[in-house]
Amino acid sequence: MYDFAYHKPSSVADAVALLGDSEAKALAGGQTFIPVLKQRLNKPSAVVDLSGLGLSGITVTATTVTIGATTTHITVANSAEVKKAIPGLANLASWIGDVAVRYRGTIGGSLANNDPTACYPSAALALGATIKTNTREIAADDFFQGMFTTALEPGEIIVSVSFPIPQASAYEKFRNPASRYAMVGVFVAKTASGVRVAVTGASQGGVFRHTAFETALSANFSAGALDGIATPADGLNSDIHGSAAYRAHLVGVMAKRAVAAAA
Amino acid sequence: MNAPFEGIGASVRRKEDLRFISGRGHYVDDMNRPGQLHAVIKRSDRPHAKINSIDTSAALAAPGVVAVYTSTDLAAIGGLPCGWQIHSKDGSPMAEPKHPVLAEGKVRHVGDPIAVVIAATKQQAKDAAELLHIELEDLPSAASILDAIASGAAQVHDNAPGNICYDWHIGDKAGMEAAFAQAHRVITLDLTNNRLVPNAMEPRAALGDYDSSTGDYTLYTTSQNPHVIRLLMGAFVLGLPEHKLRVVAPDVGGGFGSKIYHYAEEAIVTWAAGKLGRPVKWTADRSESFMSDAHGRDHVSTAKMAVDKDGKFLAMHVDTLCNMGAYLSTFAPAVPTYLYATLLAGTYTTPVIYAEVKAVFTNTVPVDAYRGAGRPEATFLIERLVDAVAYDLGMDRVAIRLKNFIPRDAFPYQTPVALQYDSGDYFATLDAALKHADWAGFPARRAAAAAKGKLRGIGISTYLEACGIAPSKVVGSLGARAGLYEVANIRVHPTGSVTVFTGTHSHGQGHETTLAQLVVEQLGIPIANVDVVHGDTAKIPFGMGTYGSRSLAVGGSAMVKAMDKIVLKGRKIAAHLLETDVDDIEFKDGKFTVAGTDRSKSFGEIALTAYVPHNYPIEELEPGLDETAFYDPKNFTFPGGCHVCEVEIDPATGIPTIVNFVAVDDVGRVVNPMIVEGQVQGGIAQGIGQALYESAIYDAQGQLLSGSFMDYTMPRADNLPNITVATENTMCTHNPLGSKGCGEVGAIGSPPAVIGAIVDALKDYGVRHMNMPASPEKIWSIIQSRPAMAAE
Ligand SMILES: Cc1cc2nc3c(=O)[nH]c(=O)nc-3n(C[C@H](O)[C@H](O)[C@H](O)COP(=O)(O)OP(=O)(O)OC[C@H]3O[C@@H](n4cnc5c(N)ncnc54)[C@H](O)[C@@H]3O)c2cc1C
Repeated sequence: MYDFAYHKPSSVADAVALLGDSEAKALAGGQTFIPVLKQRLNKPSAVVDLSGLGLSGITVTATTVTIGATTTHITVANSAEVKKAIPGLANLASWIGDVAVRYRGTIGGSLANNDPTACYPSAALALGATIKTNTREIAADDFFQGMFTTALEPGEIIVSVSFPIPQASAYEKFRNPASRYAMVGVFVAKTASGVRVAVTGASQGGVFRHTAFETALSANFSAGALDGIATPADGLNSDIHGSAAYRAHLVGVMAKRAVAAAA
Repeated sequence: MNAPFEGIGASVRRKEDLRFISGRGHYVDDMNRPGQLHAVIKRSDRPHAKINSIDTSAALAAPGVVAVYTSTDLAAIGGLPCGWQIHSKDGSPMAEPKHPVLAEGKVRHVGDPIAVVIAATKQQAKDAAELLHIELEDLPSAASILDAIASGAAQVHDNAPGNICYDWHIGDKAGMEAAFAQAHRVITLDLTNNRLVPNAMEPRAALGDYDSSTGDYTLYTTSQNPHVIRLLMGAFVLGLPEHKLRVVAPDVGGGFGSKIYHYAEEAIVTWAAGKLGRPVKWTADRSESFMSDAHGRDHVSTAKMAVDKDGKFLAMHVDTLCNMGAYLSTFAPAVPTYLYATLLAGTYTTPVIYAEVKAVFTNTVPVDAYRGAGRPEATFLIERLVDAVAYDLGMDRVAIRLKNFIPRDAFPYQTPVALQYDSGDYFATLDAALKHADWAGFPARRAAAAAKGKLRGIGISTYLEACGIAPSKVVGSLGARAGLYEVANIRVHPTGSVTVFTGTHSHGQGHETTLAQLVVEQLGIPIANVDVVHGDTAKIPFGMGTYGSRSLAVGGSAMVKAMDKIVLKGRKIAAHLLETDVDDIEFKDGKFTVAGTDRSKSFGEIALTAYVPHNYPIEELEPGLDETAFYDPKNFTFPGGCHVCEVEIDPATGIPTIVNFVAVDDVGRVVNPMIVEGQVQGGIAQGIGQALYESAIYDAQGQLLSGSFMDYTMPRADNLPNITVATENTMCTHNPLGSKGCGEVGAIGSPPAVIGAIVDALKDYGVRHMNMPASPEKIWSIIQSRPAMAAE
């Protein structure tokens, strides 16, 4: 790591002020950011620790699950209310990384980072979540803008995320054997207004909605409805763990399994 | 009340574990010496390049920086020596290019050290390392064996034409050719052995210290063999005599071979400590370990077996290319020759074997011994070839093995590739493994899996390996530049407790317990009264360290010899005290007794007498009870056994899951069954890692793509099944313990069993062989590309 100043503000306003320095960076669970610092890939002037902002916690109403930005993955995975309202979301959180990562990593950090192989972006996109920041509310459809890129402005802080409660949901993940991030993760959400399917891990552009699957599943919410619908391999990742063609195939397998689990 | 049984055969809990699991282990990086400086190594990020210039001025001016060194500063010191010389077929010695401590003129692999920055803190050294101005001019490079031997390939060293280190052979070529010409069939198999990164839990570290008042150097290092490091570094690199150089290898967190070798960083910190008059510490980052620890395996082979119509093996021909990396690591040349090709008989009576091995330089990290060292490569080749023979002849995999096993009564058995096996019973380990694995019940389990939509397969490996490499005379004639004996000093203290000083080194194996049990057994004292000291050249007379599962078979045998001397001297003292002839004194259960009487002296009384010699045969006997033995074995030991693996494949994703694993090994006399079980399980975890997950992948130029745990797949607990471990032991006939070794059998025996199971699961798809690692995508590609055959 390079040297940096460390701040732990206790209000969002103070945090935003500190992040007004364009070289300052927010720190949540540090599960992505700290390795980046350790490898000297980033040289912030200051690190602004968000853990003192009181942004952790889960609120469930009849229609919505709202999760504070600094809520850890383990909290979401273990929440009885989340398990009941959106089982796919709790299940997703329970499969992030390893135990250590789940105890430190946060939902806000995961969404802000928008790693193309991260899990949460698929839930946010499939469930049509709303990301609330210190200045505004952003629909998930507008939030994710390609790998490691989001609609967040410099210095903007995610405060919470609201997920509309679907009729049914499930997440299925093919784990990268080494990192255990998603090589392919598919989140399926069935709502009164139709089915949404979001795919993470597979695409070079990060999370995306699988409209062909959505159309088929909105007509017939069963795994069989996906038979014969191929996922084009163009634009999918190809690396030492799997070719684009393999990932394209896995998108179908994971989607069918998610539908079967949700149905 | 009976004392608890703590001798040979008892599963005594590991004495060292409380220290390890309560954070009280003492590792090199835990050590800090007054005035200590920190070294950071600037490494090449290019696979092959000319160093046009290095400007150190900005780095030298950076805060906290004390020194920056490049190869010019090291002009007076030698290169890193290679400990084994191989001669090619034509009698010429191998190409042995200089392995400079810091790169001279060129860098030859990603990770090749170029400069060292030494500063007051590690942080300052890292900051300054970024200010080094190094101008590199890329050169063409070759990372894979096949690229390196292609015509027109980039040359890694000017003095190794065609990138060939040596072109070696063993066995009877004419006999092989004659047998092949007459054979019913010749079965051929092309295969690779995947390259692995050792990944010990503790990264390498070294701390050099120098006392200007005495001229004494001390190196604290993560080593499996401190005396070997002292010899190599002192004599060949720094020109320091042994009495001025102490090497300490304290607690070491895993080695798996990668900490046998003498590395550049050890020489750098020791030399720099002398130069600067201050201690200098270096600890590898994990990503540094990936590109600087010697890697393992990396072979490309063609194997051929000539058989008669009943599947009897007539002759074998093996042609292997192996990757040495960019420089010769300490024992690299021996691994694919004397630790590989000499093993090619395996457990079988194949009467004629001819093997050719070409070692190739590439622009990659040096490759050397890694858990099993040559024997996993041999075992994978033999066992996969045997399966291929069975496949091609339509024979049962067990039947073909039974037909070709070396018979029980054929020991000692002389193989056609130099080794002579002293003992073994491959039928016994096979029988037991088949029973534990319920081999006979497999078809029903396969059918049940098929009903669930899963592909189930079973694989078998009946392997043999060689441990405790020896004797010195023979290895010397084969090119070793060292002896391979072991040393034990047994110090009995005046009140009868014992400290063992062993030349072997424990880096997780539990020697402090196992070796102590030998003392319990032989001297009859409780284990609480025994301590084992290892890893310090200032305390231990000498030693060759730990690798090749040699610690018990060789180091333990040296202890037995030293204790024999203790007992003999004790009997003389007892004879004096009991006023009888020494021949009348028996020693048993810690007591010296006049045979046929109840007159006796305890071990403690004799010890006290030896140190307080008031009533003592001082004319004939020196006081004290402290004996040393150097033990040079007559032969290798030959563990072997049978591993059976059962897998289930999810055809939709190609993911294989190991559902059962059985290992029945012959490790000779077992001292601590619990430790043996742990060693075998750990080895199997590594074998499963190699078979299914691990692979050091370089791109064509020589960038390491799997250079971190984000991309290099280590086997995790949830990848592993419950492993059934059993033994069916025959005794080693030439060492006093009968022990053979258990540290590597798991890693050696298991990979072909795993691959055999995968291939069996895919047999309806016409699969005959698969190289490692058997990744989900590889498996899936087969399933989806050959759907027609699935529907049988
Ligand atoms: C071994 C390992 C395995 C992993 N496996 C998975 C996996 O399987 N699936 C998965 O989804 N993830 C995985 N992760 C990532 C993990 O989920 C992290 O928690 C996540 O990437 C980042 O969250 P964090 O709280 O740690 O954020 P940090 O690392 O602290 O920050 C990440 C980035 O987000 C910014 N940031 C953080 N919080 C906010 C906020 N509230 N507002 C604005 N910006 C913010 C930071 O400035 C930084 O740029 C893994 C990580 C590791 C180390």
